[in-house]
Amino acid sequence: MTNDFFNIDGSLSEEERAIRDSVRAWVNDRVLPIIGQAYVDGRFPKELIPEMGAQGFLGANLPEEYGCAGLNNVSYGLIMQELERGDSGIRSFASVQGALVMYPIYAFGSEEQKRRLLPSMAKGETIGCFGLTEPDFGSNPSGMITMAREQADGSWILNGGKMWITNGSQAHVSVVWAKTNGDPDASSIRGFVVPTNSKGFSARDQKGKLSLRASDTSELVFQDIHLPADAILPKSGGLKSPLMCLTQARYGISWGAMGAAMACYEECLAYAKNRVMFDKPIAGFQIQQERLADMLTEIVKAQLVSLHLGRLKDAGTFTPQQVSLAKRNNVSMATDVAREARRLLGAVGILAEYGAMRHMANLESVYTYEGTHDVHSLILGQAVTGLNAFN
Amino acid sequence: MGGTIFLVNFFTMGAAPVKIAVCIKRVPEMDGAFKIAASGTAVDETGLKWDISDFDGYAVEAALQMTEKLGAGEVHVISLGPDVVQETLRKALSMGCARATHLKCDVVPFDPFAIASALAAELQGGGYDLVMFGKMSIDSANGAVGLMVADLLGMPMVHGCSKLDIAAGAGTARREIEGGGELVRFSLPAVVSIDEGIARPRYPSLKGIMAAKKKPMDVKPAQLGPVRLTVQKMDLPAARAAGRILGEGAAVVPELVRLLQQEAKVI
Repeated sequence: MTNDFFNIDGSLSEEERAIRDSVRAWVNDRVLPIIGQAYVDGRFPKELIPEMGAQGFLGANLPEEYGCAGLNNVSYGLIMQELERGDSGIRSFASVQGALVMYPIYAFGSEEQKRRLLPSMAKGETIGCFGLTEPDFGSNPSGMITMAREQADGSWILNGGKMWITNGSQAHVSVVWAKTNGDPDASSIRGFVVPTNSKGFSARDQKGKLSLRASDTSELVFQDIHLPADAILPKSGGLKSPLMCLTQARYGISWGAMGAAMACYEECLAYAKNRVMFDKPIAGFQIQQERLADMLTEIVKAQLVSLHLGRLKDAGTFTPQQVSLAKRNNVSMATDVAREARRLLGAVGILAEYGAMRHMANLESVYTYEGTHDVHSLILGQAVTGLNAFN
Repeated sequence: MGGTIFLVNFFTMGAAPVKIAVCIKRVPEMDGAFKIAASGTAVDETGLKWDISDFDGYAVEAALQMTEKLGAGEVHVISLGPDVVQETLRKALSMGCARATHLKCDVVPFDPFAIASALAAELQGGGYDLVMFGKMSIDSANGAVGLMVADLLGMPMVHGCSKLDIAAGAGTARREIEGGGELVRFSLPAVVSIDEGIARPRYPSLKGIMAAKKKPMDVKPAQLGPVRLTVQKMDLPAARAAGRILGEGAAVVPELVRLLQQEAKVI
């Protein structure tokens, strides 16, 4: 295979390859034929959700006893890679559902919450969204103003709002992170499972996006939402809980971005070998060869980073800082690859018929969400210097 | 409608669930460029990606759909070759087949009779109602193994089914023939081979892939028949000659038509 220059396949188990190949075949047949038009129309192809559930793509690394596939983390990463080979919006849907909604219910939820929600979320029958970011608190979530107040009977009243929420307008449940009982300190943050049909819950799609157009991004408003006592995720506590979710999601993103990069590289390589200019294929010119060599080199490096990180995660020894390095490197790499691929494609590179410009625009969101590139720089800076440069 | 009622009666009367064997071959995926190995008689396998042969995949899917529709029965999958064919067998298990048999040999012989002999020895006495093949493998393209197995087992054979149904000791199949189609009826047990269009193979679900590891895989030495047919030499098609540009615009159309008629002889 053109994109397996370092025989990464040889480092994957038969089962991991089978999983990758099955997701790849599904993306080739179901996503690639429709995604260009869905992107132009600004439409998330939600008709794919039941199939994604049936195939086991949602929360795939969570245990089988909750209706999930129980895969290892390398397999989970390969699923994200293949989904984003299709489109970042499709992968974002799976990331949010699995890593940001199913994972906190699994990690911080009661047994009742897990049994009630996880099997139907794995099937894609219940869709989730994750509410952490607020209009004025993105990179600094500890400043959030969304507040839940406990009532005398143990129930809760929730007020506030969230922004840039993937799946927000189509979700059935939202995992909302809120401070509690008037305490402004981040240590009071708890997670709540909020049904989106609760009185006082509203979601509005954010319009005018030039990136992630095949994905729903919404603003959520909570006005005196009355939640029962068992809406709280009992084992959640402090900002650490949502950050643990983000570590899961960022891990998947480090693989996903590679899928987008590989799609761009393969597309422009094929084009370069066929497109004749000055009487020979443009792949025969040094400028394009350097472009292709740079893309290939960066993709191979990213593949090795993510595979090794996946093995560390499976061994239980990975750190959030290592995830930051992988997310920061791989997404930045993919944005560069997508841009160079678009340039190599020349005029056709601006068409939705080709994937490069769609990936290029998508990756600007991926660069910015789940910890901006800059925030990951500061996480790594703090890890190696011991000095906090956030504030 | 009558057929459906008949089927229900058949199974509520306590008849044995249907047992289907599907014989599959591991072949290189065809979208890559091929090179001939140094021996000159085989394809260079370096860097090739392998999968279930296309028609065999349709057969696996058709078999699974039949047992699902009947609500009873199971599908066994069989392949012959070196240890790597177990990966291909596990893909069929991950699609939903119940058990696999690997007939082990170092090299898959080119002679279809050698292969058919080994498969027939395995299938004989297996109690199968139906033995299914793809109508041909997409690499060697002999299309002969299934026919020979039917002969060795003394069973009726329907080659190239585009539709297939079985019930109560008999089956019906549709075959696409030049200019039309034909519906055939046959008694069970039988051997059939599957044409494209019958069913699109499902994607193995991730749970199916995990479950496949726990399903039984029997490994037995392949009892190959005599090899009386070998490949002497392979070659690649000649490189296409460069095209010719006649010019631009309506003025060159008469010359283009003349060349298409007299030189290319296509119109």
